[in-house]
Amino acid sequence: MAQKSVWSDNRFWQRSASWITGFAAMLLIWLTFDTIPQIMMGNDTDIKEGVTKRVPGPTVINYKITYEMSKRRGHEIPVIGGANAEGTSSFQEKELFFGRDDWSQEEAMEMLALGKLASQAKNCMNCHTLLGNGAYYAPDLTKSWLDPMWGPEGPLQAMTGKSTKEEAMAEFLINPSQYPTHARMMPKLGITAAEAKGLVAFLKHMSTIDTNGFPRNFGKIKGAVHGK
Amino acid sequence: MANNYLTSESKKLATWYFTFAAILFGAQLLFGLVAAIQYVMPGFLFEILDFSVARTVHINALVIWMVFAMMGSVYWLLPDETGIETVGIGLGKLFYWVFVAAIVVVVLVYLFVQVGPADQTTIWFIMEGREYLEAPRWADIGIVVVVLGFIYNLYATGMKGKRTGIVTVLMADMLAFAGIYLAGMGYTDNISVDQFWWWWVIHLWVEATWEVFVGAIAAYGLIHMIGAHRKVVEMWLWIEVAMLFGSGILGIGHHYFWIGTPEYWWEIGALFSALEPLPLVAMFIHVLYDWGKQQGAQEAQGKEVSVVTNKPAFTWFVLQAFGNFLGAGVWGFFHTFPQVNLYTHGTQFTSAHGHLAFFGAYATILIGMFYIAVQNKNGIKVMKATKKSIWATCMIFGGVLGMTVALTLAGYVQVLVSRAQMGATWAGYFDGQAGIWFAQGMDWRLIMGVVTFIGFIILIKDLLSIGSATHHER
Repeated sequence: MAQKSVWSDNRFWQRSASWITGFAAMLLIWLTFDTIPQIMMGNDTDIKEGVTKRVPGPTVINYKITYEMSKRRGHEIPVIGGANAEGTSSFQEKELFFGRDDWSQEEAMEMLALGKLASQAKNCMNCHTLLGNGAYYAPDLTKSWLDPMWGPEGPLQAMTGKSTKEEAMAEFLINPSQYPTHARMMPKLGITAAEAKGLVAFLKHMSTIDTNGFPRNFGKIKGAVHGK
Repeated sequence: MANNYLTSESKKLATWYFTFAAILFGAQLLFGLVAAIQYVMPGFLFEILDFSVARTVHINALVIWMVFAMMGSVYWLLPDETGIETVGIGLGKLFYWVFVAAIVVVVLVYLFVQVGPADQTTIWFIMEGREYLEAPRWADIGIVVVVLGFIYNLYATGMKGKRTGIVTVLMADMLAFAGIYLAGMGYTDNISVDQFWWWWVIHLWVEATWEVFVGAIAAYGLIHMIGAHRKVVEMWLWIEVAMLFGSGILGIGHHYFWIGTPEYWWEIGALFSALEPLPLVAMFIHVLYDWGKQQGAQEAQGKEVSVVTNKPAFTWFVLQAFGNFLGAGVWGFFHTFPQVNLYTHGTQFTSAHGHLAFFGAYATILIGMFYIAVQNKNGIKVMKATKKSIWATCMIFGGVLGMTVALTLAGYVQVLVSRAQMGATWAGYFDGQAGIWFAQGMDWRLIMGVVTFIGFIILIKDLLSIGSATHHER
């Protein structure tokens, strides 16, 4: 009989499989312990002290949000309350949200929590994508707060007859099929006024999450196709 | 299927699982067609059965029929592998009915209640609104209980009877499969944290534990259908486990590029998920090659009968090896690097990959298991294909491949127009959707979906009638 080789020994491969699996699993768990603290939601104190978080506190709804190219990182980042000298959030410039720019941590969190819950209860993710995940039947919502369509000159804001972005979005969410934006319409989902307000807060907050530059060039191009 | 040659209670239970799996498979295709029609005719069933509802049922039926067929496959192979009757069959039967009843209730609620108010009662009783894991929490808990019962049976049988390599792999794999589900049961206000754990379930299921599972099933099929040497097959199975878990577990990083998680996931995700395609075809092709060259050729000498004991099942197993490599491997690799994924993430490209990967890696081999069950239930020694089996195989495989190509081309339009050219806004999204090539892609997807569905009907007819065909060796 020929000499036995380790390469044709099932025990060797079984042990290798166990070690490799164990090692990969330990590495994933270790990385999870590193990642989770980095994506925990910040709070109002961070914002007041100018600390940038990957997922900032709910009171970002009191601030103006933009999405700017970061020279240092080579892609766009959310900028909260205007940019400082380095091009990152300065947390200075405020913006009215449903008529106020002084929502407290508790009030803002309550709205955001209701909005997150509504986003699940209304199954948003099976038509839209959130952070790029979900279905592809409707536009991505990651930075929808910053979409020019909803801005002061955008047709969607005008369509609802409201004078601010947040009111227009909320009005649309309550009665979507009254506002036929496209042949592919959003159905009426029984969203209440409070839920709509929460959803808009949720969307505004989501636009401040640091998504490593996804989506690229959002809202920068004012229509290039067919010369529009 | 008049005569029942099955004497093992475990195998009888397996056929129950396969039957309900096949029904859900039909539901998956039907609701997929509804969603596909809505892309082409947006007014179809508007505010009656909206796209979100159709798609929820489409993807949930997909996951659940596969879980059912997987549990059925384990009940099927356990007596063969361990040499004893499965322990706890009574529990298995009871939980089967509990599981079926729970799924019927969940689907009825999806269809007729659809959405709820924004409070925790909706999460508990109507829907959790997280893609693939929409099932309300009461059903989550039910699933955990049912799966724990299943795992008890598997472990009790594996420890009492002969523990082969295949059984050992299944025992480890199914425990991980069940444990990982727990990561997706919580609720959080933070969407980044939410999606982080959500991917633990989705990714670690379909790109790790399910892949290892089908590896074990393929190993079983190779041993039982062509009589390949267990030692060779199981050695390859262990190599496959090492490679699948070695690449798949950290391959989860490719889902952490853009959800708020740190940049280091770019490198981790790119590296490990680029390695994922490697193992997908190795075992099957290697064993088949070795076997064909040596053992199969010897065994076939001087024989009239085919040495492959189940032609239609074996065809589906071969299609699995290639379908898995193409759908999960090649189509996954296309967009696994962050540099590409920045533009492809959340487009029809993902959908193209999803269709071919779920089908190629899982549907194929599970259909193969259906045929193995039909063969043994009818006491057939060598089962040959019928015209229907050939038509069904060609139409289903061709249909899914056609859908994949159509979605890939639609995805390209979306990537180039909506993303690269227009910067992913509302206007960019709908400019992409209005593109003529996108629209044609959606038309072809629907046509190919219909082809797939007709193939499915032929498949069911074949499964119900092939047992009584007269050209088999009995």
